[in-house]
Amino acid sequence: MKPMLSVRNLVKRFGGLTAVNQVSLDVYPGEVVGLVGDNAAGKSTLIKCISGVYQADEGEILFQGERTYFARPMDSRRAGIETIYQDLALAGNLGVSANIFLGREAKRKHLGGMVHTLDETFMNAASKKVLDTLDIRFANFEERIEKLSGGQRQAVAIARAIYWQAKLMIMDEPTNNLGVVEQRKVLDLIRKLRDELVPVILISHTLPDVFAVTNRIVVMHRGRRVAEKRTSETNSQEIVQYMVGALDDTSSS
Amino acid sequence: MATPSRTVEGSQTRSARQKQFILVVSRVWAWVFLAGLVAFFALSVSIQSRGDVNFLTIRNSQNILMAIVPVLLMGLGQTFVVIAGGIDLSVGWVMGLASVVSALVIVALIDKGIHESVAIAIGCLAGIVAAMIPGVINGVIIAKLRVPSFIVTLGMSFIARGVAFLLSGGNVVGGQPQGVRDLGNEALMYLISGPNGGLYFLRPPVVTGEALRQMDRILQWPVVITFILLLIMLFVLHKTQFGRHVYAIGGNREAALRAGIPVDRHVIVLYTLSAATAGIAGILTTARFSGGSSIAGDPLLLSSIAAVIIGGTSMFGGQGSVSGTLIGALIIAVMTTGLVMLNVLPFWQYIVVGVIVILAVLIDQARDIVVGRMEAG
Repeated sequence: MKPMLSVRNLVKRFGGLTAVNQVSLDVYPGEVVGLVGDNAAGKSTLIKCISGVYQADEGEILFQGERTYFARPMDSRRAGIETIYQDLALAGNLGVSANIFLGREAKRKHLGGMVHTLDETFMNAASKKVLDTLDIRFANFEERIEKLSGGQRQAVAIARAIYWQAKLMIMDEPTNNLGVVEQRKVLDLIRKLRDELVPVILISHTLPDVFAVTNRIVVMHRGRRVAEKRTSETNSQEIVQYMVGALDDTSSS
Repeated sequence: MATPSRTVEGSQTRSARQKQFILVVSRVWAWVFLAGLVAFFALSVSIQSRGDVNFLTIRNSQNILMAIVPVLLMGLGQTFVVIAGGIDLSVGWVMGLASVVSALVIVALIDKGIHESVAIAIGCLAGIVAAMIPGVINGVIIAKLRVPSFIVTLGMSFIARGVAFLLSGGNVVGGQPQGVRDLGNEALMYLISGPNGGLYFLRPPVVTGEALRQMDRILQWPVVITFILLLIMLFVLHKTQFGRHVYAIGGNREAALRAGIPVDRHVIVLYTLSAATAGIAGILTTARFSGGSSIAGDPLLLSSIAAVIIGGTSMFGGQGSVSGTLIGALIIAVMTTGLVMLNVLPFWQYIVVGVIVILAVLIDQARDIVVGRMEAG
């Protein structure tokens, strides 16, 4: 199988600081890759290069086998890379379906196409359908997003990505600030995505979560990729040692 | 087992009902308050004058509608801006600028011998354009240079004021043709009550003396124009993608950006729209008083913002409605007119409006707290 995403020797510098140093990373359909590392290890910068927030200084990004250049976040989104940030990028004052369709609202034409109105009926029905396929049920579907729980909001963000047929999902600390039950639900959603052949890059400080859902774990330290392990062949002690720089596969090779 | 579960369900539906009740109250209190005000003035005016003066007359209702025209127009654009998380303090003097420019252009064109209706049309257009220029500049500085809207529009307010005074020389720009006065004062319908009276459409009946004094103008053109604009703005805000994006930008600008909404362009359009509605208010003021007045808008700015707030639009952005602003403007106008008819010193109006503004915000906050607590509990 070909990788969905292939990052090759990516370098990103900020002035004299090399935030990402010669990092390579492959993500295949049907897998969840954990991206871990201490603060300032370069995870976020790497992700932002992939999602078009930053542009890499060196190296290349191949998406679905083709070399790509994302000048803006919208470009990567159009290509099918959906990034769910910590702040979720949802509008709290709008409802569930308004958020799922945010920026891509369904419209109805009137007066021969001169006037467009929002097609709320369609958007509500489509939103409910996609939430159903993810086994997410809201008692409060009509509510504004800010009235929902953190887990429900995560679910809306994930449903949005699914509805718009994301081909790769990047999730930044999705289980932060969630209760135990909700954490489990979000992890279930990640597994469901994987089963639908939407690969996931999961950034998390919570190692038990990482071990619960990932197939592979990539560890970064000071901008470099210091290890890549099959989840089944490692354990958290080993990963922590890579994270703090006590172990380093690149220096030994 | 059956009994406790029934109790739980019962208490849930009760708390849901309470929540629903508070939501309904917070939504309709302004309507109820407005109706209460009308009832209060209808009674008290009649009692105080021993039946000589009646608050509930057609003439008085039309006076109130004419009084809300500039406040409502400025409030409409302001509603959009505030929902998107900004504020436009420049509309008062932008309105004056548009009033002056339209009056000057009309006079100049008439002097050149151009047909009156053409001159008026071009003058109105010039007034709107003159208002939109500061609006575009506001929007560009706020969106592209990320200067707080409060500061940009405050500065623009002074600039518009200066330009309006320079153009008008500080005087009212008079010399307006009859057509201007007609635009600002004539009406859709005319009603003459009494045995020989009747209802006339579009053209005033030729009458003199007592009959002319008795004639009521129903739905004067400024009112008609304002309500057509109100309906358009209502539709745009609540039914279109443009309106949805106004809420999205006010709710979470970052989310709107990431969703691919052209936020900067949207913000520029919003400040331009706000200035344009102020410009229309300026033109209608020129028409109503047959003269361009640079200072006409200044005392109305705060009233228009008060109308927006009383109408439930949140100064934090993300929430609000056009219909709310209409009610807010009506409350202020009914209050002002009623107090005048009660012979209360006009200074009291300010105090009462101030109290209502603060009360309105308190009611909205109480709603959020109560509903929030119910959801947590």
